[in-house]
Amino acid sequence: MLRYALLRVLGAIPTLLLVIVLAFLMVHAAPGGPFQDPRGLPPETLKALQEAYGLDQPLLVQLWRYLSHVVRGDFGPSYHYVGYSVGELIRGTLPVSLLLGTLAILLAVLAGVACGTLAALRRNSALDRLLMGIAMTGISIPVFVVAPVLVLVFAVKLHWLPAGWTGSGGLARLVLPVIALALPQIAYIARLTRAGMIDVLGSDYIRTARAQGLGTAAIVRYHAFRPALVPVLSYLGPAIAAILTGAVVIEEVFGIPGLGELFVRAAGNRDYMVVLGVVVLYAVLVVALNLAVDILYGVIDPRVRRR
Amino acid sequence: MNRERLTLIALTGILLLSIFVIWSVGPPTLREGARSVLTRGLTSDPESLDPHKARSVQANEVLRDLDEGLLSYSAGGELVPGVAQSWQISPDGLIYTFTLRPDARWSNGDPVTADQFVFSLRRLVTPATGAFYAELLGNIENVPEILKGAAPPEDLGVAAPDPHTLVIRLAQPTPYLLNLMALPSTFPVHPATVQQFGDAFARPGNLVSNGAYKLDAWQPGSMLTLSRNAHYWNNAATAIDKVQYLVLTDENTQLNRFRAGELDITDTVPPKDAATLRTEFGGELHMAPYLGVYYYGFNLTVAPFKDNPALRQALSMAIDRDALVANVTRRGELAAYSWVPPGVAHYRPPQFPYAMLDQQQRDARAMQLYRDAGYGPDKPLHIELRYVASDTEKLVAVAIQQMWHDVLGVETDLVGEEFKVLLAETRAKQVTQVFRSSWIGDYDDAQTFLSVMESGNPANLTGYDNPEFDALMDKAASQTDPDRRELFLEEAERRMLEDHPVIPLYFYVSKHLVDARVRGWQDNMLDYHYSQQLSLAP
Repeated sequence: MLRYALLRVLGAIPTLLLVIVLAFLMVHAAPGGPFQDPRGLPPETLKALQEAYGLDQPLLVQLWRYLSHVVRGDFGPSYHYVGYSVGELIRGTLPVSLLLGTLAILLAVLAGVACGTLAALRRNSALDRLLMGIAMTGISIPVFVVAPVLVLVFAVKLHWLPAGWTGSGGLARLVLPVIALALPQIAYIARLTRAGMIDVLGSDYIRTARAQGLGTAAIVRYHAFRPALVPVLSYLGPAIAAILTGAVVIEEVFGIPGLGELFVRAAGNRDYMVVLGVVVLYAVLVVALNLAVDILYGVIDPRVRRR
Repeated sequence: MNRERLTLIALTGILLLSIFVIWSVGPPTLREGARSVLTRGLTSDPESLDPHKARSVQANEVLRDLDEGLLSYSAGGELVPGVAQSWQISPDGLIYTFTLRPDARWSNGDPVTADQFVFSLRRLVTPATGAFYAELLGNIENVPEILKGAAPPEDLGVAAPDPHTLVIRLAQPTPYLLNLMALPSTFPVHPATVQQFGDAFARPGNLVSNGAYKLDAWQPGSMLTLSRNAHYWNNAATAIDKVQYLVLTDENTQLNRFRAGELDITDTVPPKDAATLRTEFGGELHMAPYLGVYYYGFNLTVAPFKDNPALRQALSMAIDRDALVANVTRRGELAAYSWVPPGVAHYRPPQFPYAMLDQQQRDARAMQLYRDAGYGPDKPLHIELRYVASDTEKLVAVAIQQMWHDVLGVETDLVGEEFKVLLAETRAKQVTQVFRSSWIGDYDDAQTFLSVMESGNPANLTGYDNPEFDALMDKAASQTDPDRRELFLEEAERRMLEDHPVIPLYFYVSKHLVDARVRGWQDNMLDYHYSQQLSLAP
């Protein structure tokens, strides 16, 4: 298992390199630059600024310099926020995004799996149809509709929860963003669990266990649960990616200073260094999470481990 | 260890991790004491609190709370003394002598002295600083040479003969110099701090400010916290102890937080129509004329608009501006028949000659001009209109596309683009024909608008190059008598409007939601609202 993990990590390095190079080239290909402004700058000032940041060098020279800094852990200065480094801007936003993402995934998995299992056990009953109907709406309604509606209902009208993040207090401000972020994923995971569970419950070894007199609760707990979760586990990779990107909308609606917002703002400002820093971070996250998921396969389903 | 225990440990681990992350995010900031904390919204994060590097409207808003220049503005938008308690202007208008008040202090107790202004202004015009507003000081002695790198910053025509006297020498009379001395770019910086920290001097913890407030905290993208500067010379008049600026880029988010009582002042309002908002918010909704113009510009360097003033005028006349502001933008904007907005000090903007006609007459004349330019039903004009891809801008573009089609038969392709992409293309002048743009005035004088149309100004996006206009502007700049200057400026604008390099569409409106508890708010054309002048009713 350890050897497998190590090989996977080594194999990820060329992928990361490719991602960085592509992102670098794309970011610089976008028209406009960090010092563009309707006011316009006198040519000497513009030249001075570009020299200060090394932007007057040929593109490949800039790329080489960037790579040589990145391997040392230096992601460069922000062009937009003068005096701030990319590292510290990301460090300032990462905990919030991690917190929201983690809680959202937890909520999505717990609630989704519970709903899906229940629906599978009571297949074709009214409860099943109800749960799957709700799941369908959760998938269909986009997050930028759900989030403001939640704010309007729970914060503006009922005053139960704060409408925003900054300037508000405590754990209450987590509730609406996490729910808004998790809702579409709960829906997907519920449907996946239901399908997986129904599939597993029809297997031979389950029938054997039932024939031997094991009750439903015990069957689900010891025999059906884990294999049914395999499709959910496969989905977790894209789910985490969706949460990372969907978070941008949530961050805008609730005014949360998170990674997604930093990324979008930096792209608009042509703050090349920040954009690249976030891309590198996302790439590392995706690779690491895929690896974790693959390892978890082995833990969950013993049949996979024999590989 | 069996699988069950492993799962249990994993779950506990996740739980502990979550708690740790929540804890590390930091203690929640609660809104203490209704009377002492003002919470304001900002649609974008300040890029810097260094007065020389700041360029956005929002950065300048925060800077006006943190620092103070030689002059300042009253709540109603009148120029008043700031750090300078009095000043003298020489009869030829070229030498300004400011007397600084002796009790002006920085937030660390240091006195504010004239040599600090010399240091700051020199830093502003040094090319290496990269200041966007340095050109505004172009009339101070030697600034053009310094900006080109041909002279050192020490040659700047600013001197401090003693700690409380500042002398500025101009190369040309500049009637709006006093307005410039109230702009954040001319605010002083604390030299010792700049020398110690370099570019990082504007960070919280380092920044020393001389205004009513000092900077406590700033998480980029999130929130700025300012608290009272007890050393400010007018601190006795400051009512509010703490100001929180929340960075909320989405207008609807600001609206919802205002509704929920979490925001005292919003800095914008979503594009719903004024009547609906007025019904919900009544007197809390503030809409006032703003020193800005929204316009469509022509690329004058290529066909079909190069050397074709008749065609440009036809397109301008065929637009029903009154219908546009009444039915499309609907937020109380003013239809624009001139370039400089009305209400600018000491100026009566000339209007297009057809401003007084009704739209039918304009349409008829437009059709005539269109034909004269060689176009007609069998040879329609086919052009591209570029705008920033946002909902409101698209509405305006579609409306105008329709108007041009109905009145003239012009075929217009609409191209929506991202802001910086459009700006880059407009500057390059290769693909643009008609493009959307806007100009916000920097100070209350016609110069800030008219200078945009001077040839060679980087803000001149059309490529308008009229030696007559430039000459009139130069003449106006050399006048010491304000009435004669006004005449020259108005003549310059009249001349420029005749050429139709741009189609001004409407003048902006500033829009805010201001909680009823906030006292001291006055609408003004510059949309300056210093926190120091506000208070909160109990």
